[in-house]
Amino acid sequence: MKRLLLAAAAVMAVSATAGAQDLTGAGSSFAAPIYNSWAQVYAAKAGVKVNYQSVGSGAGINQISEQTVDFGATDGPMTDAQMAKAKGGAILHIPTVIGAVSMSYNLPGVPATTHLKFTGPVLADIYLGKITKWNDPQIAALNPGVNLPNHGIIVVHRSDASGTSYIVTDYFSNVSEAWKNGPGKGTAIAWPVGLGAKGNEGVAGQVRQIEGALGYVELAYVLTNHMTYSLLQNKDGNWIAPSLEGATEAAAGTAAHLPANTDFRISIVNAPGAKAYPISSFTWILLYKHQANAEKGKKLVNFLRWAMQDGDPQARALEYATLPKNMKQMVLKRLAEVTY
Amino acid sequence: MGGVAVGDRIYRGVTTLAGLAIVALLLYIAVEVFTGGWPVFRKFGLGFLTSSAWDPVHDVYGAAPAIFGTLVSSAIALVIATPLAVGTAVFLSELAPRWLGQPIAFLVDLLAAIPSVVYGLWGIFVLEPMMRDSIAPFLQNTLHLGGLPIFDGVSYGPGMLAAGIILAIMILPYISAVTREVLMAVPRSQREAAFALGATRWEMIRDAVIPGAKSGIVGGIVLGLGRALGETMAVTMVIGNAPTISASLFASGYTMASIIANEFAEAAGLHISALLAIGATLLAVTLVVNVLARWLVARVGVRYT
Repeated sequence: MKRLLLAAAAVMAVSATAGAQDLTGAGSSFAAPIYNSWAQVYAAKAGVKVNYQSVGSGAGINQISEQTVDFGATDGPMTDAQMAKAKGGAILHIPTVIGAVSMSYNLPGVPATTHLKFTGPVLADIYLGKITKWNDPQIAALNPGVNLPNHGIIVVHRSDASGTSYIVTDYFSNVSEAWKNGPGKGTAIAWPVGLGAKGNEGVAGQVRQIEGALGYVELAYVLTNHMTYSLLQNKDGNWIAPSLEGATEAAAGTAAHLPANTDFRISIVNAPGAKAYPISSFTWILLYKHQANAEKGKKLVNFLRWAMQDGDPQARALEYATLPKNMKQMVLKRLAEVTY
Repeated sequence: MGGVAVGDRIYRGVTTLAGLAIVALLLYIAVEVFTGGWPVFRKFGLGFLTSSAWDPVHDVYGAAPAIFGTLVSSAIALVIATPLAVGTAVFLSELAPRWLGQPIAFLVDLLAAIPSVVYGLWGIFVLEPMMRDSIAPFLQNTLHLGGLPIFDGVSYGPGMLAAGIILAIMILPYISAVTREVLMAVPRSQREAAFALGATRWEMIRDAVIPGAKSGIVGGIVLGLGRALGETMAVTMVIGNAPTISASLFASGYTMASIIANEFAEAAGLHISALLAIGATLLAVTLVVNVLARWLVARVGVRYT
């Protein structure tokens, strides 16, 4: 229903914006649905048409660096080396929404109402191939009373390079030295063990079918498809179920400790906060601090400001976690620093 | 008269240009892919082709598992598809009554029209459970082939054999259609002569029809092989996508086309070069296989001149 309304808004947007100057953006496919939704609603409201191409984070970074788009979008922050190569000067990272990843498993003997508990180090060891059985003492210790089978853990991961893999490996690197010094973090990984499946639907499909499988799936996909999920222990020691609120809490907990001049290239995995969900991450929009084309630059900043202030309903409709209030204030302040 | 000559000349010019444009385009693509992959060829040298490491985080690249996976999955596909396709074609051209032959021929051709992503979905939801629950247990427990390295280990469903089977179904219509055409092109007199000499139907097909169609059949197989080497989506969905070299066909593998499709969107820097280098390698492998196949076709020769 909500999608229908959005589609209707898009139709109105087209008629309202004939002749309007376009803003173009490209990058993250994870964030594409929300950027497109914002673009549609904003076009109807402000008459500015925003054209977003879902080409992947890597391509988004390349395109903003080459100045072929007005803004880029990425699920992993740019490196210093990448920032230095950008042709239009200093680049700002603007967090827009938050993604979270949940761990899903297939154990027919464990009732659906029992959510298995994992800590970060145990998960990292499973993905490193150090823990191979479901009844391993380390898993059993976290799940007293659960009848864990003597069955191999079939690890499932993404085969396509993806922001979801980036968030998970960022988390593993944060909680496990062995992971950090081994596979490391990135959108494409040399996975020590497991099956690679394409897309969230691919991983979800394998987990559903293979008994004993464990995989990571984007939260929005888990919520809409009612998949099994596990509880994770966060930094404060609490057991947290994956949720949009938990992801927002992770950002709030991190933002509370941020210096005012942060460049927002920050990770919010394993964040502090009583209710913070540990496998969460920002997705960013990239724009130049100095906008060479003042008219376009102002339109872009206005669009982003609008998204910060009025964009939450669209984000929630599409199952994205929204930025916490303290974070939004910081982002709005940063947007005010753009020069023309 | 003069007008015709001018028209001829224009026609000649246009067609020559069209022909040359294809060559130029192919060369251009080859050059672009090779120069794009050059940083990786320069950094890793021949090691790129022999190393098994594929680690974008640390910028270490080796294509051996992908080359292995491409060749093995295509070989499995040919082994399964060739007898089926040739058998189908012989049945359709020599044995089937018209009312049965035409619908079957139509259905076989229809296999070629199914998008590869649909094959992939079928692979995930039908073939993989079948692999896990029926095919692998049958091979290992009923036929007792589990001792062979190629049928060793546990099958979770996805893997090299699943990819090979999917590819076999996908290339079957190509081989079958070409084979059917060449079988039907064998002169009728050839068949009648065989019958006249007292041959049974089977002897006629074996000794009078198939030998004459041999080079065409090999041509069909080459066409199918070309498709198998480059197939991307369906294979990616069922092969397990692990850059490892394993003797077992139940183990996960990777193919060159799959790596490119999986990782290109998010790649940057040397990673892009590595993927282009994979593309160049795939181009080279396809070229070598095609040249070999053409040489084979030439050797088989045409019996009727």
